Amino acid sequence: MFNPDKIKKDFPIFSHQPDLVYLDSAAMSLKPKKVIEAVSSYYETYSANIYRGIYQLSEKATEVYEKTREKVAKFINAPAVEEVIFVRNTTEALNLIAYSWGRVNLEKKDEIITTIMEHHSNFVPWQVLAQEIGAEFKVIDIDEEGELDIYEKKLKTITQNWQTEYQNLEFDKIITKKTKILTLTYTSNVLGTINPIKEIIAQAKKINPDVLTIIDAAQALPHFKVDVQDLGCDFLAFSGQKMLGPTGAGVLWGKKEILKKMPPFLYGGEMINAVYLDKTLFADLPNKFEAGTPDISAVIGLGAAIDYLNAVGFEVIQNHEKELTAYTLEKLKTISGLTVYGPTNLEIKSGVISFNLSSVHAHDLAQVLDEEKICIRSGHHCAMPLHTRLALEASARVSFYFYNTFDDVDRLIAGLKKAAKIFR
Amino acid sequence: MSIYQEIILDHYRHPRNTGRLKKPTVSGKAFNSLCGDKISVDLLISKGKIKKIKYQAAGCVISQAAASILSEYLIGKTKEQLQKLDKDFMIKLLGIKLGANRIKCALLPLEVIQKTYGQSKSKRS
Repeated sequence: MFNPDKIKKDFPIFSHQPDLVYLDSAAMSLKPKKVIEAVSSYYETYSANIYRGIYQLSEKATEVYEKTREKVAKFINAPAVEEVIFVRNTTEALNLIAYSWGRVNLEKKDEIITTIMEHHSNFVPWQVLAQEIGAEFKVIDIDEEGELDIYEKKLKTITQNWQTEYQNLEFDKIITKKTKILTLTYTSNVLGTINPIKEIIAQAKKINPDVLTIIDAAQALPHFKVDVQDLGCDFLAFSGQKMLGPTGAGVLWGKKEILKKMPPFLYGGEMINAVYLDKTLFADLPNKFEAGTPDISAVIGLGAAIDYLNAVGFEVIQNHEKELTAYTLEKLKTISGLTVYGPTNLEIKSGVISFNLSSVHAHDLAQVLDEEKICIRSGHHCAMPLHTRLALEASARVSFYFYNTFDDVDRLIAGLKKAAKIFR
Repeated sequence: MSIYQEIILDHYRHPRNTGRLKKPTVSGKAFNSLCGDKISVDLLISKGKIKKIKYQAAGCVISQAAASILSEYLIGKTKEQLQKLDKDFMIKLLGIKLGANRIKCALLPLEVIQKTYGQSKSKRS
């Protein structure tokens, strides 16, 4: 039987902060003891640089670092280990594609397509790239429930040629022969919407087999099984720090045949085969994209995080988060003047709930909750285009992970009622 | 101690000096993209002093209360007096403790009024 109270014992922060109600895991997950130990064990017992040393300590560090690459590959069902590239985070992974692939392959009048529900990290790099090249930047809209629904043909693009114009288009009009890049999030970090990625990719490839498909899986990987081969995407990016790992280690996964053709993003140590006065030969995958000393300890910690997640199991995690989300959505209905954004259908909703309480600013809500030791997020959550679309300046957001309990939700609800009283 | 003291909430619920001036000497506005706090301000300046302030603000309790309390304080103040005001002054004026993130909300009204008054001089000269 899954017991989140027992799980909490694995997370040292709860012994330091016994009353903590942590509801901001979409921004940063807490860390289990096993992960913290893996990091300190590296620093205490074998903290050498990787690849370079002939001595045993360096061998050990290299081995554990590379072992993590294997764990990641297995975790996302990557066909080849060298397709896993360690970066700092999702933002860096997406920028790597934009800088390396984008600036070589994109031409004037080509199209980049993204969605209105993206985190800025999967919006701004493409917007800037399109502006630089003179490409078209198309943004897929959401429907009233906060979904991208390709079956109902409700999709709209809202930005073309830098003039905001709304167009009702069927999906086969959005993806065209000129589309070079389709990049979208698996799960919205604001609405919690889980997009039908597999179907969208299949549809897009049917219309244009050459379109490069990129998935921001930062909000997906921590919560449910992701299989890159099943999805059929070309790239997938995620951050270790949202899935129990330390800050500083994220992953870009990409298809080997595409990665091989891409120029390096950063030049320097560890990414070369040979350097001559007149030229440099670059290393093979994955080292070609890992210039400089990486965050070795964070990668090692990510390995421990994957072990921990595998031991708990995604079925258990998903069930518990769904129950928490359902319970919270019900309880939120008891607070008058509270508006929840995004889908309420739990089939397509992750444990992310954004809302506003009457005209109270989200910062004020968060501040009152903080006085009760409840951590929630407030603001636009790095998704300003989405907030503008919803005609909001800001929203309050709670996001769950499997260490959250029903008691956490009860405390949240009590805190919100207190806030409602203060700002009546 | 909560930052939502009765005095703060009172100014939030019943803000003083909101609205627009018919013939302002100078106007200005500011936007905090982090929170979405917005404020626009009209100043009537006479004999080197602020004679009237009217403002319109949207945003969090702290920014709105700060604008209201500040607008009352500034009537009759000279440019020199206004430009001397800083973060520490705002904390004292509001009488609450504000963290590194929330202090920006309290400073927005002060900054926009200082900037706006500053523009009035450059216009005349």
